Amino acid sequence: MSDAAVRAPRSPSNARPALLNALQVGLPAIALLVMLAIIFSIRPAAMSYFGFHLLFKLSVPLVFAALAQMMVIMLGDIDLSNGAFVGLITCVTALYLRDAPALAALCYLVLIAAYAGFGLLIHSRQLPSIIVTLGMSFIWLGIAVILLPAPGGSAPAWLASFMSWQPPLMPLSIWLAALAALAGHLVISRSSYGVVLRGAGGNPRAVERAGWSVIGIRVAVYAAAGLLACLAGLTLTGLTTSGDANVAPAYTLLGVGAVILGGGAFTGGVVSPVGTVIGALTLSLAGSLLSFLQVPPTWQIGAQGVILFLVLAGRVLLSERAR
Amino acid sequence: MSRTRTAGRAFLIAALLSCTTLATTGARADDGVAKGDTSAKKIAFSNSYAGNSFRQVMIKSFEEMGAKAVADKQVAATAVVSSNNSVTEQASQIENLILQGYDAIIVLAGSDTALNGAIKDACNAGITVVAFASGVTEPCAYVVDYNLDSYAKAELDFISSKLGDKPANILEIRGMAGDGFDKRLHEGVEKAMKAHASYKAVGEVYGQWTATVAQKEVSGILPSLPQVDAVLTQGGDGYGAAQAFKAANRQLPIIIMGNRQDELALWKQEHDASGYQTFSLGATPSVSQVAFWVAQQILAGKQVPKFVEVPLLQINQPDLDAWLKTVPEGGVVNAEYPQELVAKIIDANVKKEPLPGVPAPK
Repeated sequence: MSDAAVRAPRSPSNARPALLNALQVGLPAIALLVMLAIIFSIRPAAMSYFGFHLLFKLSVPLVFAALAQMMVIMLGDIDLSNGAFVGLITCVTALYLRDAPALAALCYLVLIAAYAGFGLLIHSRQLPSIIVTLGMSFIWLGIAVILLPAPGGSAPAWLASFMSWQPPLMPLSIWLAALAALAGHLVISRSSYGVVLRGAGGNPRAVERAGWSVIGIRVAVYAAAGLLACLAGLTLTGLTTSGDANVAPAYTLLGVGAVILGGGAFTGGVVSPVGTVIGALTLSLAGSLLSFLQVPPTWQIGAQGVILFLVLAGRVLLSERAR
Repeated sequence: MSRTRTAGRAFLIAALLSCTTLATTGARADDGVAKGDTSAKKIAFSNSYAGNSFRQVMIKSFEEMGAKAVADKQVAATAVVSSNNSVTEQASQIENLILQGYDAIIVLAGSDTALNGAIKDACNAGITVVAFASGVTEPCAYVVDYNLDSYAKAELDFISSKLGDKPANILEIRGMAGDGFDKRLHEGVEKAMKAHASYKAVGEVYGQWTATVAQKEVSGILPSLPQVDAVLTQGGDGYGAAQAFKAANRQLPIIIMGNRQDELALWKQEHDASGYQTFSLGATPSVSQVAFWVAQQILAGKQVPKFVEVPLLQINQPDLDAWLKTVPEGGVVNAEYPQELVAKIIDANVKKEPLPGVPAPK
């Protein structure tokens, strides 16, 4: 574990790691462009503001869910409750946000605090995150089913109209993805606090010796993950206009896929927010590509995995070269 | 002379009147198959999940009917996309279908509500959306579905025809927690149970419409249950439930079957061995054909109500052998829904008449 963390260097003076990083983020980006090129060659009409709007609309919540997953992976943990939590947020949003916004806000706060609390529990008792978050996923799903026994409720009008708002220059989904990537880049990859955060995942002892409270960092990172998952649930409710406990279980593993695809590693401390956002966009476009190619439905499930595999294999090959 | 003239005038007025009604409503609702030209139209099928026998047959039914309709110049093209049980992905696939310029999209939704945004986008783009076998709540979509109250009522009616009014313990196998179909069918069960006061619900498990899951869940709850007299199911779970009872060395209760081949084979085997009797009903996978023709008929100008009820396929003891012969190993009982039959189903819905049933094979 520490071996890999040491091997992935972060000093900007070294050109090769910079190239390595660029390639790691670059490959999913290239895959994204290739997929877009194929889609546009099949249907040129898609190459428009409206086309981009439709293609990337549903990727917004996945981007946030993937960033939430990235925060947890940064610590060397993994979060299996992410998708169920997003489902719960859609239920809370569809039930309360329109008529009782204060109650909804209180729910969000409590839920984010619970997320942070579970982070604390994982740290203080040295529990395996995979087990704790697996348990949490059932808790979130259970609460969601109690709140909303069958899909329903409705999103407040302002949220739905915000998600269908068409801002100038680029569709909202691209704006949000770009902003999220930029914010993540500035906080995680560029700021000095970001170095501490990544250090807490890669080498917690060193960070602790340097005088930082690893417990504090953990709680903060889990709370941030909860907040990002909350944003994913809010944007998802805005898009679907309703709540559904089972709406997003796929986000858990798609989020992990996006993080790894975008240059992250399970060892902790090695993540890239820009790569994660691009990875999320790539994954959400992979399904679209298959429907444009008219792949037979029985092949579609497997074919999506093949795309993921090819991109990942390409990344591994390139990064071996770069070393 | 004058009498003939009055009669003639009355006839003329009547003829004129009927002409105007025809003209104002386009095609009348009760006039069978609408003949509008749809040869240039494209119909897509957005499916939430392709990973079990039921869905495989459903997709095949759609593709076969679609290929035939294309050959007959009734539509220009069809397509199927599946989303691996992820509703968010299905929503984005619907957005893609809008981009690809389809005239109608039929949807088997992974969620009753989560596709509302995407379906609304499709309607706004002038696309006809027909959701089937799910309670999609977006009002612009046409819904083709079963009546789940009558599903539950048929199950309990059969049980009471066998057990009468004696006190009986009932185990209910449900689908999936938080799912709309499961909730509506369960509500139907609750309503139907009220009509049978002597029956007692002793347990409830989620079998996820899959034999293996149902077997595991029933095995888990059985030790805590008293004698079970009947098992209510949602389709796909009867075989697993029976295996659980056998493994526990319990007497086989009346398990309502769900038209799967394994269920019917087990029923026949038990019937031959001990005279075991039960009843099977369920959705037919080819309901995708009903949705297809409903979409085609809307494009052809037929007035279709927003909700079209589809008859359930029921199998009773006398028809068991005939049906069993038609089902492939591991498959689901299926029936063809040609265009005329679908037009009849639509008309029966409009006139609130009994639905045309699916006849047993000869």
